[in-house]
Amino acid sequence: MTIESEQRFLLKKRQPLEKLTDKAFKLFTLVMASTVSIVLLGIFIVIFYESLDSMSRYGFEFLTTSAWDPVSDEYGAFTAIYGTLITSLSSLLIAVPLGVGAAIFITEDIIPKKIRDIIGLMVELLAAIPSVVLGLWAIFVMEPFIRPFLTLLYKAFGWIPFFSTEPIGPGLAPAILILVVMILPIITSISRDSINQVPNSLREAAYGIGSTRWVAIFNVILPAAISGIAGGVLLGLGRAMGETMAVTMIIGNSNSFNWSLLSPGYTISAMLANQFGEADGSQVSSLMYAAFVLMLLTLIVNIFAQFIVKKLSLKY
Amino acid sequence: MNRSKLTYNLNSKRNLYERLFTIISALFAIIAVIPLISVIVYVIIKGGSQINLDILLLEPEPPGDDMFSAGGIGPAIVGTLIISTIASLISIPIGVGGGIYLAEYSKGGAFSKFIRFGTNVLAGVPSIIAGVFIYAVIVATKILFGSTFSGIAGGMALSILMLPTVIKTTDEGLKLVSDDLRKGALGIGASMFTTVVKITLPAAFRTISTGIVLGLARAAGETAPLLFTALFSRYYITGFGDLFYEMASLSVLIYNFALEPYQAQNELAWAASFVLVIILLAMNIISRYVSHITSEG
Repeated sequence: MTIESEQRFLLKKRQPLEKLTDKAFKLFTLVMASTVSIVLLGIFIVIFYESLDSMSRYGFEFLTTSAWDPVSDEYGAFTAIYGTLITSLSSLLIAVPLGVGAAIFITEDIIPKKIRDIIGLMVELLAAIPSVVLGLWAIFVMEPFIRPFLTLLYKAFGWIPFFSTEPIGPGLAPAILILVVMILPIITSISRDSINQVPNSLREAAYGIGSTRWVAIFNVILPAAISGIAGGVLLGLGRAMGETMAVTMIIGNSNSFNWSLLSPGYTISAMLANQFGEADGSQVSSLMYAAFVLMLLTLIVNIFAQFIVKKLSLKY
Repeated sequence: MNRSKLTYNLNSKRNLYERLFTIISALFAIIAVIPLISVIVYVIIKGGSQINLDILLLEPEPPGDDMFSAGGIGPAIVGTLIISTIASLISIPIGVGGGIYLAEYSKGGAFSKFIRFGTNVLAGVPSIIAGVFIYAVIVATKILFGSTFSGIAGGMALSILMLPTVIKTTDEGLKLVSDDLRKGALGIGASMFTTVVKITLPAAFRTISTGIVLGLARAAGETAPLLFTALFSRYYITGFGDLFYEMASLSVLIYNFALEPYQAQNELAWAASFVLVIILLAMNIISRYVSHITSEG
């Protein structure tokens, strides 16, 4: 090898500037990626720190009492916590069969593909309607429409604590229904994706041994898709717990506790939306405490959702 | 032999079950679509019918002043655009940068797993929590030129909501780019920086822009984080300095005016809903259409 060709080789080494740009760019992307964890950690720390004052003053009693009186400085979030849990869980109870049923209808070969795609698109576009517009619709359209049915429910089942008050308009029940509307797109689209991912050979095998469509769906396809569906359901639960605007507008915002789903109530997020703008002093700290509880609840649900999807997937 | 056993028997038990379940699932699909249709019909009838130049341009009147006209939603439209722009300016560099790191540099180690996990967790954080966080860090501390509620704080809160979507779609978009392109670029001596900026990012441009538009559409419709970060204002902004003060947005206007006892204000909320829904649906349909083209071509 001649010296000349070795020199040519040396000349083609990277310029210092090019090396620097390369390193700087890598560092930049690393910093940007880390921002996610910094923000997440920041949210956690800031809200925890701000609620310390209230935590030390009220402790766990905050979670089990329902007083909310800024004048005498007494705070308890039980009504809001009950409202958050009862609205999100009941909405799930309605939305899961609806969403999974709709997902089956638009994935299995029941109607022409064009119509299936249109229904699928419409369900997903429902997710694009802002929560506040759904709230507006709930106040002026949905609630007046369902009130007669709720009144019937009260008249027929008033002896059950859950239906023991006469519906007066806003309340937990309309809030549950608007939450159903809001989490339906999530559950439907995730169920649809997981049913779509079930290998066709499973379907062929089921039909091949003579199962009918719904026997195949119940015994083969749904069990195969269950991990994705369960993950979607949990994501829906997390969304329902944190959902704010539509719920705030229709739940009635009352802090007096009542078992009845037909009476006005509160959720944590509705309480935050309502009071944060004008709160000060220990009320801010108490609201932060409530926010911390809400964040813990949604974090647990979301982490559990990711865990389930990871553990149960790749079965087929 | 009884031949009827080999033909389709409409009334056999199993065929009845089949039809029953098919009808139930069809019913569920119809029920799932009804809210969308009802919302859109009402928004068009009650909101769309009022749309005229005055509504689009005027400032809203104080509630209760005028029983017949509540003014317009001009400042709110401008405010929504400004706050969304601020949110994009923050979340796009962070999200695209972070996505590039995950897809191009990380080698599937613990750190990238942690970041992907964190992104998913952040996507699940309720939007109002993002508002509470910005309230505690920016609004309550008056860190921005001594002002409390501001359009900038609102944009920051929304950027937290946009961030996970942008990171995820950048990460996924880049992963879809064929490795041959990367090897080709690196093989002829391009640096990693050049490869990413000139080859892989342009190749993934459509996926990434679709994700950004979807994230932006979600953020622009959000209300909860704006309630105590940007608050609300009835006036147009007049200059750059106004970014540091209360700012109007369509979504907060809808919330405030929906709860007013005056009909004129309620009508204005419907008009604002019409404008907001049209903007968001258009963004969604366009981005879906664009990604549809790319997935087929």
